[in-house]
Amino acid sequence: MIRVEHMYKNFGPYPAVIDVSFEVLKGEIVGFLGPNGAGKTTTMRTITGYLPPTSGNITVSGFDTVKYSLEARKHIGYLPETVPLYLDMTVIDYLTFMGRIRGMSRKWVEERIPKVIDHVKLGDYRNTLVGKLSKGYRQRTGIAQAILHEPDVLIMDEPTIGIDPIQVVETRELISQLGQSHTLLISSHILPEVSTICPRVLVISDGRIVADDKPSNLSQRLSGNERIELGVSGIDPKTAISAIRKIKNIIDVRSDTRAEKLDQASKENYHSILVDTKSNNNSSEKIAKLIVDNGWGLRNLTPLPMTLEEIFLQLTQDK
Amino acid sequence: MKNIIIILSKELKTYFSSPMAYIVAAAYLAITGFFFVASVSDAFSEASIRGYLAGATFFMIFMSPAITMRLIAEEQKLGTLELLLTSPIKEAEVVIGKFLAAFFIVIIMVILSMYFVIILYIFGDPDTGPLFNGLLGLLLYASSTLAIGLFASALSPNQIVGLVVGSGILTALTIVDFVASRIQGIGSDILSFMQLGASFSVFDLGALGVAESGHFADFARGIFSVTDVVFYISITIIFLLLTVIILESRRWR
Repeated sequence: MIRVEHMYKNFGPYPAVIDVSFEVLKGEIVGFLGPNGAGKTTTMRTITGYLPPTSGNITVSGFDTVKYSLEARKHIGYLPETVPLYLDMTVIDYLTFMGRIRGMSRKWVEERIPKVIDHVKLGDYRNTLVGKLSKGYRQRTGIAQAILHEPDVLIMDEPTIGIDPIQVVETRELISQLGQSHTLLISSHILPEVSTICPRVLVISDGRIVADDKPSNLSQRLSGNERIELGVSGIDPKTAISAIRKIKNIIDVRSDTRAEKLDQASKENYHSILVDTKSNNNSSEKIAKLIVDNGWGLRNLTPLPMTLEEIFLQLTQDK
Repeated sequence: MKNIIIILSKELKTYFSSPMAYIVAAAYLAITGFFFVASVSDAFSEASIRGYLAGATFFMIFMSPAITMRLIAEEQKLGTLELLLTSPIKEAEVVIGKFLAAFFIVIIMVILSMYFVIILYIFGDPDTGPLFNGLLGLLLYASSTLAIGLFASALSPNQIVGLVVGSGILTALTIVDFVASRIQGIGSDILSFMQLGASFSVFDLGALGVAESGHFADFARGIFSVTDVVFYISITIIFLLLTVIILESRRWR
């Protein structure tokens, strides 16, 4: 569906994207992960045909985005990072206009819009001016225009940025649903978000693709280590730490010194410990067994995902 | 063609749903009305629309950029330009659709002001030929000012920049005879030829309605001149092309 071959994009003398190649197959949901300024938006803009690549080829649904730009654009639904909306139009008028400039007939658009509005749950706001909608609903309106013309490929640039947590959850659900019927490319700088939605992640850093893998493999492949947060009670923390250290494959055990954790732990009268361990060793089970066998209290045991910063640091150091 | 009509109708809808078009139309009728009355209320004044044309060409220096300032600057600011230009639609279609919407607004204003003409026919005996020739000239002049305004609107996401730059270009092209008359040789000829509107002498109320030089002068006098028609159409096309080039420039920046 999307094929990018050795794509370079320079802005003047500055390279923004360097030798990027990847392919997104029909029905795939691919997350595009990278810190701000890594080249995510630039790559997406070249795929949508908004910017031509400096060199390299991009095809969408088999159409070259430079040579057959207009044809390629018909197959793309695009949600840029700042949701592009005409604030003085109603939701219906906006969607009608967007459908029409994509070459849909008036009749087709009129039949299609109610379905799309139901899909993104905008029903109560169909006649509201877009400028009066909350950010979350503007986001939905943006998604509605992107899926309106039933594109093969959906490209969303940071679709959950700047909306409140409840709406983030709803938007993610919506995106997961869309993934069932579209080929999706979603950019984000939040790893957990990408890992919940996308079975495949492309990591971009300083204009280069540094990883292309499943999100679960990614954090393991990166370090081979896992971090576990542990809450124990009814035992002197030093005794507990030295006992856990004796378990096989444990790399490091220490008291959790993060302020909010200390605070909570002292309030609820337990001790918080961080454990670094090698992956795939059932370390969690072994730690839990140790604590239960000794008759200590186990308040929590949580595997901590790696932060994005740690991942980028590792990926870029590896190469 | 279909895409142009879609853009055109969207822009017209936006014009009529905001107060801008109504305010500009009211100001246009007031200003041209003042010039019209001043030019026909003397004892032996002739039954013509020269005063009206003088007022209209003067006011369009500010009015045309005010009408067009929103058209592209706002799309840039809202980010909708990215959406338009990633839709299966050409830059030229966007530009032409927007230009036609602005031109349509001006045509409506000119039609609204036609009660001046009716008054002339009731109370006087105007020459029909020169009168309609003048109106034709006004529309040609308007189209070139709108193209310049649209070009200015594409320069930045800020509407005020579009207004100031547009009015600046139009003012320069209006007072260029002032400079041309003070130099000699081919430079003077070129500058004179560049004069877009009527000479600023039209603002001398004593000589009201007489555009002494510039491409509008013959139209104001009631003379049809192919050169001037070609000039206005060329200016319109050149600035619309420049606008398209600005929109396309993101590709090679």
